[in-house]
Amino acid sequence: MVENKIRILVAKPGLDGHDRGAKVVAAALRDAGMEVIYTGLRQTPEMVVNAAVQEDVDVIALSILSGAHMTHFPAVLELMREHGIADEVLLTGGGIIPDEDIEALMEQGTGRLFGPGTNTGDIIAYIRDWNESRP
Amino acid sequence: MVNKEQGQGMSGKSDIRKDEERWHEEVKDLAEIRERFITTSSEEIDPLYTPTSLDGFDYLRDLGFPGEYPYTRGVYKNMYRGRMWTMRMFAGFGTAEDTNERFKYLLEHGQTGLSTAFDLPTLYGYDSDAPDSIGEVGRCGVAVSSLEDMEILFDGITLDQVSTSMTINGPAAIVLAFYAAMAEKQGIALDKLSGTTQNDILKEYIAQKEFIFPPAPSMRLITDTVEFCAHDMPRWHPISISGYHIREAGSTAVQELAFTLADGFAYVEDALERGLDIDEFAPRLSFFFNAHNDFFEEIAKYRAARRIYARRMKEKYRAKNPRSLLMRFHTQTAGCSLTAQQPENNIVRVTIQALAGVLGGTQSLHTNSMDETLALPSDKAAKVALRTQQIIAHESGVVNTIDPLAGSYFIESLTDKMESEAEEYFERIEKLGGVIPAIEKGFFQQEIARAAYRYQKEFDSDERVIVGVNRFVEEDEKIEIPILEITEEMHERQVTRLRALRERRDEDGVKEALAEVRRVCSGTENVMPFLIEAAKAYCTLGEIVDVMREVFGTYREPSMF
Repeated sequence: MVENKIRILVAKPGLDGHDRGAKVVAAALRDAGMEVIYTGLRQTPEMVVNAAVQEDVDVIALSILSGAHMTHFPAVLELMREHGIADEVLLTGGGIIPDEDIEALMEQGTGRLFGPGTNTGDIIAYIRDWNESRP
Repeated sequence: MVNKEQGQGMSGKSDIRKDEERWHEEVKDLAEIRERFITTSSEEIDPLYTPTSLDGFDYLRDLGFPGEYPYTRGVYKNMYRGRMWTMRMFAGFGTAEDTNERFKYLLEHGQTGLSTAFDLPTLYGYDSDAPDSIGEVGRCGVAVSSLEDMEILFDGITLDQVSTSMTINGPAAIVLAFYAAMAEKQGIALDKLSGTTQNDILKEYIAQKEFIFPPAPSMRLITDTVEFCAHDMPRWHPISISGYHIREAGSTAVQELAFTLADGFAYVEDALERGLDIDEFAPRLSFFFNAHNDFFEEIAKYRAARRIYARRMKEKYRAKNPRSLLMRFHTQTAGCSLTAQQPENNIVRVTIQALAGVLGGTQSLHTNSMDETLALPSDKAAKVALRTQQIIAHESGVVNTIDPLAGSYFIESLTDKMESEAEEYFERIEKLGGVIPAIEKGFFQQEIARAAYRYQKEFDSDERVIVGVNRFVEEDEKIEIPILEITEEMHERQVTRLRALRERRDEDGVKEALAEVRRVCSGTENVMPFLIEAAKAYCTLGEIVDVMREVFGTYREPSMF
């Protein structure tokens, strides 16, 4: 049976070097059968969105632990809109993000954002559910 | 501790062995509550340790006395009976004014040393107004773009009365030059300054990833600071060789131990190649370890670290000065062990971890605040963390006797095991061509990523219980602790000040100093005196790093997971 694998870009935007979470999540998504592209560190929003377009991904997952989430998530969202991929590509992610910021970002159009202590099974289930509910 | 077959009327090893076999036979069918009993590093632990666990143990060879070779029991003869560890809380946020206030607050509450956290732009050598700094100024630490910021940061703090640690790596030589220039301007001689620059680039490539230049020029800058401090700042620790970040990135305790020591020996070898005498610089090398949740594993790690280091420094590098053999280290409790859920529980985690650091013989300690998975610590949370250390120091009684767990069958066999596993790693690193080739091949990064993923899987499957996260969970929990906010106003204040400085300073002096930095970086002279001149001319961090980037190039790591 040929199945279309979910393609997902895991990215570390900005200067934040904390890549443990990004790598662990990338490995978990890969082991769950998804096609994972990890950008590595120090990506600008442009680099992230360009990579997403080029790799034709279904999902962009940003990992930010530096406190700069209110800068990077909106910047990526805006570029996604400019490139016309905001409607079909999911922007999700995680890191050290206070609840009220998560609410604000989700209102702006991101998907769910995950905090410390998340079971990777929840992330996998969320992405699969999103994929299945796509029009 | 029973060691010899013929004790005075004590049981011999063969009796013990026989009884032990019988005991194992009797317990082997008893039900156990878990399938495996593992440490934080996923190492399986035996149900019982006895004298038979320590075959070949030799007290004088393996432990000796405190302050004596091989220093397993501690680097000082009287340890905390003579002097308490330094209570050094890592602090930094917003602008220099904000952090200066926090420094004074901590000193007022009995802290005994300062420790500076810089923001990400500073750690990468960008000025606060650089395009790469957007969104990051003052967030993870304090923004320091010039000598002026440094002067505000330490305003009202007497530099020759306090020891200052600065967590800075890629641009460490420049930030050290800012500090030295500030002291000279205040008329304080450099040989009166005490403190530490982290300045450990190898662990940046391995774990924390805040590197700027490629390995070779980075090592050169570090050895320049080592040489400069050996001659001009003899009370300064030019490097703090750090396992902390390796552990935070997900390594096991043994990996933290082995990779950190391997890094340390790489710095030693670089300085020896420069022609420095081992006893000239080794007494000022210092270390920095993590204190994670697994109490005994951590204590064994510190004890093994001291012993491995002393043995190598003596036997391999032929150090003669006893001070060259001492592994002095700072400890910080494990940030990655803290939970965003039920954050008050973190106070308890930190207490256990801090206690391990103290029982492991640390020289200084940072205790994390309960709110660190949510934001930078608030005043209140930082104070509770400091009080935790004070309670351990003054109420728990653990400081009364030195290395109180020595002789425990479990602790000693764990210490031995960690030493031999670290030695195995040294061999593997050697086979890869040394630390830098191993970094370039992604060896450390992959070992750590694998351990981190294994830990996560143990958590995901509920084999590893984290209280409040996958067990004893409170649904719909509302976090009720105050959170420190970094405001846009802080960023604006910083950028305005930096721009005013650029308007005000003598441009010719700046150009001249930067040209000198360029010339020296392209050659082999020690850069430190020239960086101090550039600092005094108020060249900014970003300007100096730009020059260095042009000369040295930049580094990109292989991205793998």
